Amino acid sequence: MKRVYVNEEWCLGCRLCEYHCAFANSGKTHMASALMNVKIRPNIRVEDDGKVCYAVSCRHCEEPLCVTSCITGALTRENGVITIDGARCVGCFTCVLSCPYGCVRPTGQGAMQKCELCLTNGGVPRCVIGCPNNAIVFEER
Amino acid sequence: MKYVIIGNSAAAVGAVEGLRSVDPEGAITLVSNETYHTYSRPLISYLLQGRTDRQRMKYRPDDFYETNGCRTLFGRTAVKLEPEKRSVLLDDGTALTYDSLLVAAGSSPFVPPMAGLESVEKHFSFMSLDDANALEQALFPEARVLIVGAGLIGLKCAEGIFGRVGKITVLDLAAHVLPSILDEAGAALVQRALESKGVDFRPGVSVKRFSGGSAELADGQALAFDILVTAVGVRPNAALVRDAGGETDGGILVDDKMRTTLCGVYAAGDCVLSHDLSCGSARILAILPNAYSGGFAAGTAMAGGEPAPRRTLPMNAIGLFGLHIATAGSYTGEVYQAQDAESYKKLFYSGGVLRGYILIGDVDRAGIYTALIREQTPLSQIDFPAVCREPSLIAFGRAYRDEKLAGKKD
Ligand SMILES: Cc1cc2nc3c(=O)[nH]c(=O)nc-3n(C[C@H](O)[C@H](O)[C@H](O)COP(=O)(O)OP(=O)(O)OC[C@H]3O[C@@H](n4cnc5c(N)ncnc54)[C@H](O)[C@@H]3O)c2cc1C
Repeated sequence: MKRVYVNEEWCLGCRLCEYHCAFANSGKTHMASALMNVKIRPNIRVEDDGKVCYAVSCRHCEEPLCVTSCITGALTRENGVITIDGARCVGCFTCVLSCPYGCVRPTGQGAMQKCELCLTNGGVPRCVIGCPNNAIVFEER
Repeated sequence: MKYVIIGNSAAAVGAVEGLRSVDPEGAITLVSNETYHTYSRPLISYLLQGRTDRQRMKYRPDDFYETNGCRTLFGRTAVKLEPEKRSVLLDDGTALTYDSLLVAAGSSPFVPPMAGLESVEKHFSFMSLDDANALEQALFPEARVLIVGAGLIGLKCAEGIFGRVGKITVLDLAAHVLPSILDEAGAALVQRALESKGVDFRPGVSVKRFSGGSAELADGQALAFDILVTAVGVRPNAALVRDAGGETDGGILVDDKMRTTLCGVYAAGDCVLSHDLSCGSARILAILPNAYSGGFAAGTAMAGGEPAPRRTLPMNAIGLFGLHIATAGSYTGEVYQAQDAESYKKLFYSGGVLRGYILIGDVDRAGIYTALIREQTPLSQIDFPAVCREPSLIAFGRAYRDEKLAGKKD
């Protein structure tokens, strides 16, 4: 099954993945209008301590603690992809408390959000398409 | 194979999914004294707040029982286990036979003996959808509500009815709110948030006597109220197993396959004693994630499968009036502490591993800390000072990231 993997040695720390992710999930058609003057909340995040940098996004774990811990049943894993039903999520943060990678975060509007592999954005993750250096890839490993 | 499950909540649903992961065919019967489609118990306060509704608070989709081939007997109570006959007796006289049975009976509110309690006309617990509905019926805009117990359930109840009543007073015998999961300094932040909303909190006090709509407190004061909610604590529903001769010690004793000491009888969820790996002892872990995962393990084992090893610990995420709290593990050992205007953080470590934490305000990526406790990661292997400052994967080093983020096996 194809997943998002990161090649740490290729990451430039440019954070374009964060912008592409935020744009893809904004529902807007123009990048500028989607991102101008907004605090973006991407589902992929670059960690950078000045020495190393790389991007982190949901691993779509086979034994997903976010799903088994979800108190509402809003998080589910189907065909290897973990998705969240924003209408059922009440924003209790139990998934935030459970995810070992820190990859579930609040939308700012009450519910939580996470990487859904751009299932509804054309099927190829936009962070991958937008990465200028092949540091983020979508492949079987 | 014939499976019977007593209960219809998180542990029971986990068991159905565990059973079906191994045995797609066997007959499953769910028995519950509640009459509803499985719902998320913690959402009853969100229901009163209007942040969810009866449809959205269902823990599983409408077709859950159908999809999983479950027969449901709702509105019935299991009254007696007869393990030697592999049979369970229901309150209407029916006897159900089984090959294996799961007790997923959860817990019940504990109402301590309080003088004059029977004279209180409007007295509620806050554990079930029925409780929430009954409480909602009693609410009116000027109502003075007294909540006894400032634990998770009492405070969630306060949040649930906030804005729909005139005044809320919460009292607790303990010196601060959320005594089982917060320290004094952390609790002070939560108390401030409550008080800024006008919720009256009275620490270190109990009710000596009720008479009608008045509570005489141990410190001599009198408090008038219209509605009383008791939320002092919960007790595991262990009687079915205990009365049949199974071992219990507060909660039901189970092994790593969730087997009780009764042949063919399993148990999971709020009714069992769990292993708390953060302190190494057996405790009641009355939290939903533990109920689901215990149920899943039980179901897997009941169907003859090998359940994955479970690593269990106390962990709570609570939002109260917009303030977020995340806690996990045990609060022993040395402490790393950081605090600013918006957030409060305490990490507890001993024996070279993280034991517990308290985060208030900023709970972003708290799961990285939870994982350190759960996996008992040697702190010598990571950049602990860095992870104390901010939870990130930087501290874990390249090999860990190559495995987790790049899918490399070695
Ligand atoms: C207000 C509130 C807020 C909460 N918030 C959180 C939270 O934020 N996070 C969290 O992790 N946990 C929370 N909890 C705890 C969580 O709800 C429980 O840990 C979880 O529901 C336990 O699931 P269970 O399946 O073990 O038992 P339960 O949910 O208690 O279900 C047991 C079921 O068995 C039925 N039953 C019992 N005995 C019998 C019998 N003899 N015959 C037939 N049926 C029987 C009961 O009626 C019930 O339907 C909260 C609880 C409450 C009340």
